[in-house]
Amino acid sequence: MPTLTYRDALNQALREEMQRDANVFLMGEEVGVYQGAYKVSRGLLEEFGPMRVVDTPIAELGFAGIGVGAAMVGLRPVIEFMTWNFAVLALDQIVNSAAKLLYESGGQLPIPIVFRGPNGAALQLGAQHSQAWESWLSHIPGLKVVAPATPADAKGLLKSAIRDNNPVIVLEGEMLYNTKGEVPEGEYVVPIGRADVKRAGRDVTLICHSKTVTVALKAAEQLAEQEGVSAEVVDLRSLRPLDEAAITASVAKTNRAVVVEEGWPHCGIGAQVVDVIQREAFDHLDAPVLRVTQADVPMPYNRQLERLAKPSPDKVVAAARRVLYLD
Amino acid sequence: MTTATAHAQKDQSQAELERRMLRQMLLIRHFEEKAAEAYALGKIGGFCHLYIGQEAVAVGSLAALLDDDYVISSYREHGQALVRGISAGAVMAELFGKATGCSKGKGGSMHLFDAAKRFMGGHGIVGGHIPLGAGIGFGIKYKGGDQVCLCYFGEAAVNIGAFHETLNMASVYHLPVIFCCENNRYGMGTAFERVAAVTDVAEHACSYDMAAELVNGMDALAVYAATQRAVERARKGGHPTLLEVRTYRFMGHSMSDPLHGVYRTKDEVEEQKKRDPISQLALKLKEEGALDQAGLDALDAEVRAEVEEAVKFADESPDPDPGELTTHVVAD
Repeated sequence: MPTLTYRDALNQALREEMQRDANVFLMGEEVGVYQGAYKVSRGLLEEFGPMRVVDTPIAELGFAGIGVGAAMVGLRPVIEFMTWNFAVLALDQIVNSAAKLLYESGGQLPIPIVFRGPNGAALQLGAQHSQAWESWLSHIPGLKVVAPATPADAKGLLKSAIRDNNPVIVLEGEMLYNTKGEVPEGEYVVPIGRADVKRAGRDVTLICHSKTVTVALKAAEQLAEQEGVSAEVVDLRSLRPLDEAAITASVAKTNRAVVVEEGWPHCGIGAQVVDVIQREAFDHLDAPVLRVTQADVPMPYNRQLERLAKPSPDKVVAAARRVLYLD
Repeated sequence: MTTATAHAQKDQSQAELERRMLRQMLLIRHFEEKAAEAYALGKIGGFCHLYIGQEAVAVGSLAALLDDDYVISSYREHGQALVRGISAGAVMAELFGKATGCSKGKGGSMHLFDAAKRFMGGHGIVGGHIPLGAGIGFGIKYKGGDQVCLCYFGEAAVNIGAFHETLNMASVYHLPVIFCCENNRYGMGTAFERVAAVTDVAEHACSYDMAAELVNGMDALAVYAATQRAVERARKGGHPTLLEVRTYRFMGHSMSDPLHGVYRTKDEVEEQKKRDPISQLALKLKEEGALDQAGLDALDAEVRAEVEEAVKFADESPDPDPGELTTHVVAD
């Protein structure tokens, strides 16, 4: 199986889906001539031309809405945001148009559109450029939200997102674009709504998604080496719909859980996961569920402060030790 | 064919067009009057924005469209929905929240839809649907179609960022869209000149290298002619147009708003009513000898009966099944 970067896996998914369906087009800032702010769209303008790889002005609200309008008449737009921080300007179109048109039209207007781009903090970009938006987006009925952690999942989930008849949010990671992994060639789709056990274990479940999968996997390694603890890493992959069965099955086995995310703690994804666990696996729990999140502050610029603010393997290990009563 | 015969035929088809427009305006007027009654009786809930006074805008502009063109509008869209051919019954039933409504009772007054008639909604966020109109135009162009999209919004939407972002992109991408600004002078209770640095909306087109026209919105035929020119530009060359159609609403902003309120005087409203688009067109038809008072009365009675029937239909229609609560959240 070929090894690809996360960036190239996304590129492959876009290219294959654009070859497969003439109604799929890509629109966003710098996606064409510049080849993508993060080079996800490299080569696509040359292959598909300017009608299908559309450079836009810096006008997130406008081009997101143009995408939704195009979806209303049967196209399958892929709208790229340079980052999800800028997509906040387009929230009206995502929340009030894309997510609601099917319902408020009594089922007449499905909106098959993908909104994608990097989400969460990179390195020292400061408060406005370092935010994780998944809890905001996952709150909205009518949207689906996915957050792939590996190149294979990036390809498979983006392909599923493009084929889905609903608005799908694809949260990528700036720090993930260069990561490498094996990616199946050609037709490879990952169904939306299925979590994936990235490492099997017996003693504690680490629930994570996107960049925090790497954090959790490192923590699991440390736990195995330093404590002899066998941690199971469950990658949610989809945040809406959430794979409640996978979460429950793992916790039923390990009886303990730590939820890791890049977002802030208040009303975060972890809060939703904890709700599932207390509801569906209450009798299996041997300890309260703990969460590891970004610190409840705007992201600082200073390198040391930023490190303190982010979830880390050490923080996950510490939380796991507490739910295992090792402290 | 002699010139005289050709002229006679043209006069006849012109008279037919005018009669049809008059009938559509009467339909909107009586429909809205009945909607106001039903609202007062509690049969219509939520927000309900009436179109009384603005009838000539919908009627004149939609006469310039073909069946496969697209229409998208704001939340003051009952009139456009009716003229586009959604039955008065289906619109009234939607206002009543009934299962037989054009959005199955799930949209309400602000969210009327009929995809088959290419009526792409009723949208409730001021200016939020303007990019959607451009997106529909983008879709038309992408597929190589020759349709156009007619996008209505009020003058207050012109202060929204989405308006400016969209006009810029529609011009850059050469999209077949007619941006029809219904300038009724007040965004809710705020006079446009109090909150807009540029009060001639049409002037905004200069910023986006776009064709524009200022139109008398109390004259259905003037609106028709201007829209025809805009449609021609869009259909042939993919050039968008900004129409500023000056109109006036005779009622409050919504049903929860008094008739004239404190933001405008009763005298102003009464003065504007002298420009009533319906009486103006009726007078014209009478002067041309195309319609007499008996004919007008008959037309009026016919339309009133149609509206009565719509109310009866809405009244007798069932509520949506409780199971409908969770349908249409996501598509298969």
